[in-house]
Amino acid sequence: MLELDRIDAGYGRAQILRQLSLTVAPGEVVCLLGRNGAGKTTTMKTIMGLLPLMSGAVRLGGREISALPAHKVAGCGIGYVPQGRRLFAELTVAQNLEIGLRVRGSGAAVREAVLELLPRLRERLGQRAQTLSGGEQQMLATARALCVEPDYLLLDEPTEGLQPSMIAAIRDVVGVMRGRGVGVLLVEQRVDAVLAIADRVAFIENGHNLETLPAEALRADHGIIERHLGV
Amino acid sequence: MSDLRRSLALHLGLLALLFALQFVLPAYHHGNLARIMVLAGFAMGYNIMFGYTGLLSLGHALFFAAGMYGMGLSVQHLDAAPLPALIAGLLAGALVSAALGLLALRTAGVAFMIVKLMFAQAGYLTVLYFGDWTRGDEGFVIQQAQRVMAGIGLSAPTARYFAALALFALCLAVTLWLVHTPFGRVLIAIRENEERARMLGYDVFAHKLAAVVLSGTMSAAAGAAYGLLFGYVGATFASVQYSIFPLLWVLLGGAGTVIGPFIGTLFMFYLIDLSSGLTTAYMLIAGVALVLLTLFAPQGLAGELRNRLWRGLP
Repeated sequence: MLELDRIDAGYGRAQILRQLSLTVAPGEVVCLLGRNGAGKTTTMKTIMGLLPLMSGAVRLGGREISALPAHKVAGCGIGYVPQGRRLFAELTVAQNLEIGLRVRGSGAAVREAVLELLPRLRERLGQRAQTLSGGEQQMLATARALCVEPDYLLLDEPTEGLQPSMIAAIRDVVGVMRGRGVGVLLVEQRVDAVLAIADRVAFIENGHNLETLPAEALRADHGIIERHLGV
Repeated sequence: MSDLRRSLALHLGLLALLFALQFVLPAYHHGNLARIMVLAGFAMGYNIMFGYTGLLSLGHALFFAAGMYGMGLSVQHLDAAPLPALIAGLLAGALVSAALGLLALRTAGVAFMIVKLMFAQAGYLTVLYFGDWTRGDEGFVIQQAQRVMAGIGLSAPTARYFAALALFALCLAVTLWLVHTPFGRVLIAIRENEERARMLGYDVFAHKLAAVVLSGTMSAAAGAAYGLLFGYVGATFASVQYSIFPLLWVLLGGAGTVIGPFIGTLFMFYLIDLSSGLTTAYMLIAGVALVLLTLFAPQGLAGELRNRLWRGLP
């Protein structure tokens, strides 16, 4: 279980998250929904150890990981695909994957499994990351995170700016990961995408929890989303 | 032909050409090329830190001088033979770069550059301060008799050329090895996106420190070899000028390319050499040429080659 227990966090003295609590179970897809500036990306960065906690705790499988440096958090089995992809632009697709594989000493079998999930990348292995289309870059960023063999996957707006076929491919990957017991924490602006893949939805505003609901409840009553997001 | 084979053909071809040139070049250019090959080793060391890891340094003269003085002082005051003296130079470079890396890597960006510059200046002033040992600004000469290794006098032009070529080949091989190893790829990943590399689980500090030590040791090897092959050890080589030179050589040749530092060193050396034969305002000519090159080949000469003709150029 990935657990955020009443965390306070922010940038320097500017506190963004206030007593935020959240859990993601293995094989569960939890979506963070909130207006711009609500603290969704800050939550992701805090989990990854990129922002220091002011109070509270982040636990993974019952073990507190809040005090670990960022590179060790990733080594614990959390894969993070940040907003804007952030690839290693000068490296080829194959080299980007290799960087991910090497973190946990994963071998060719993992690479093959990842390429089976995202077959389009197989055709691009020798191509530099900077020459890929936006959708392919997102696929590569996701593939690289999967090469780490994560137990939990954090995806920050993975469908932003993508065409429908790419969105479907990313959604399929999330579905497969869930089937393999990987917990997924997803930040997503597209409500239709959220309703299609989430098990639970956590609404946050000004850095604190408003409400966490099963996705089914939202599918049944669209008024809830309208009430929280004004859309 | 695969990129790896083309790369091997290019770099082995360069070494073969340099080997062959020693038989045909006139004495003046023969000496120049030996000097250029040693300085290119310095530039290749700089390239590991700047070109591959993305750490802009304005203090690399400290590493070059650490190698030069580590070697020179061993010969001068301990009567060390050339080989142990070279090893002393390498060790000095490795130690200085490790210590500096541990301190300076706690900063980043412009602060890192300034901290490196300050330490390099402190090194330069230290050379001047301990003038009784280092002979200060004046420096000291390593006599021909002190530059005999395994019965071969390194002051002889042919031996000096081959020794410079051997050092250059070693630096080239280390850089080629580096870019093809997973470690080298992680360095490039850090250069491209440090935060992302950290989030993937890489200890960025440890990788950067390793890059600084490798870069510093290679630069020190060049410094030690320079002193030994050309018989002079002086404070000029610890000055800020020798921190700016490798930056220019690497930028001109192409940062993050294996062959770029050599091209940049060769180009700059002969640009200054030829223009100084035409006018006393040779730095003006060199400056204009550099501006033009920066405007029309911003990635450096090898960088442009990579962009326009050969995307897989290492």
